[in-house]
Amino acid sequence: MEITLKINGAEKKLNVEPRTLLVHAIRDAGLTGTHIGCDSSSCGVCTVVLDGKTAVKSCTMFAVMAEGHEITTIEGMAQGGKLHPLQQAFYDQHGLQCGYCTPGMIMSAHVLLQHNPNPTEEEIRFGLSGNLCRCTGYQNIVKAVQQAAQMLQQPAGAAADD
Amino acid sequence: MIPAAFEYKRPMSLEEAISHLAEHGYDARVLAGGQSLIPAMRYRLAQPSVLVDINKLPNLGYMHEENGMLRMGALVRDTDVEFNEEIQSKYHLISDVSRVVADPIVRFRGTVVGSLCHNDPSGDWAAAAIAARAQMVIQGKNGPRVEAIDQFLVDSFATSIGEGEMAVEARFPVPNSLTSGAYEKIERKVGDYATAAAAVQIELNPDGTIKEAGIGITAVAHMALRVVEGENLLRGQKPSLELIRAAAEEARKIADPNPDARGSAEYKKDMARVLVGRGLIKALRRLNVVVA
Repeated sequence: MEITLKINGAEKKLNVEPRTLLVHAIRDAGLTGTHIGCDSSSCGVCTVVLDGKTAVKSCTMFAVMAEGHEITTIEGMAQGGKLHPLQQAFYDQHGLQCGYCTPGMIMSAHVLLQHNPNPTEEEIRFGLSGNLCRCTGYQNIVKAVQQAAQMLQQPAGAAADD
Repeated sequence: MIPAAFEYKRPMSLEEAISHLAEHGYDARVLAGGQSLIPAMRYRLAQPSVLVDINKLPNLGYMHEENGMLRMGALVRDTDVEFNEEIQSKYHLISDVSRVVADPIVRFRGTVVGSLCHNDPSGDWAAAAIAARAQMVIQGKNGPRVEAIDQFLVDSFATSIGEGEMAVEARFPVPNSLTSGAYEKIERKVGDYATAAAAVQIELNPDGTIKEAGIGITAVAHMALRVVEGENLLRGQKPSLELIRAAAEEARKIADPNPDARGSAEYKKDMARVLVGRGLIKALRRLNVVVA
């Protein structure tokens, strides 16, 4: 069946089966930043954002169910050639080693900060507990989210100058 | 892994959804959050030939109090409960549950009613619904009917929903100021099935004795169980550590878990006891009654 998905602001016409998982549809549309990890809804590497404020594991949603929603993937985070504060913070804090979990971590952290712009360390760890990282031990991921929270709380003008 | 092929229906009204379900009977499954169904389909543990996606149905995302019941439509997500401050301050048991179901991402999609319909032997909401004495509203061609949760939950992955029917609402009694509850869960990691978990709810009389008690345990039997004898011990009594120990022991007695990587049967039985005890102590503490 033919469906139209709005991914990172652009409408994409896709031919899918009802059983096509959203993550496969996104990747087949050329957006391979969203990864496939565990096949059991556990690891969170496939996390994307629906309608700005909802994180979903795109392996646990059929592509047809995403029609009519705004989907944001990691490719939609940087704006105008400038990294999103979360991407910059993961870079600055070295919040990754192999990087496989990073897109999911960033999308999940993005939603966390929408709901709680100034989270405690404990709230960050709790909020990211649906995303697994097998390399870092999470320390630098937490630091990265803390830095991003600070960057996002600065007035828009101040953030644009650095 | 790719699920088996199915026919996809996206009804825009409840009547249309019911008519699809009536036409396809048990070959059709309702798709709400999909957080249990889609994984089961990927593993091909479930291979429905028709999926009826209810996400576009209007007016199923409501959550409000009416006639002494909190009414939750079939599209209320776990996060709708978790992020609702009024619910969090007033409904102690279901608030506890809403923070430990699966993981934070899954909770954005998963629904309370869907979890109850799935009736996984390790489900969190079933134990809570038992302890809170919830009701389910089931819609069929001939209109809705209301069932007590004990009648609704039939067996592992089985409910009293018949062919051509779907659950449209869960109802939780509104707690008064002398009612509290708690949910205690042991899990190896976030998102794993519980090793064992217990839901409790207590209503006190003004004189401090226990007016009503609800105890549900999960992940320790073929389905979530009501600890009837534990409730009977508590009812009418003044809270004490000795009483709580006796009531919790009833959970150990009826738990009949399978041993697995999470623990031996004996361990899980004992954890059912421990968690009921902890839950009762926490619920009472929330009512400013300190027994331990």
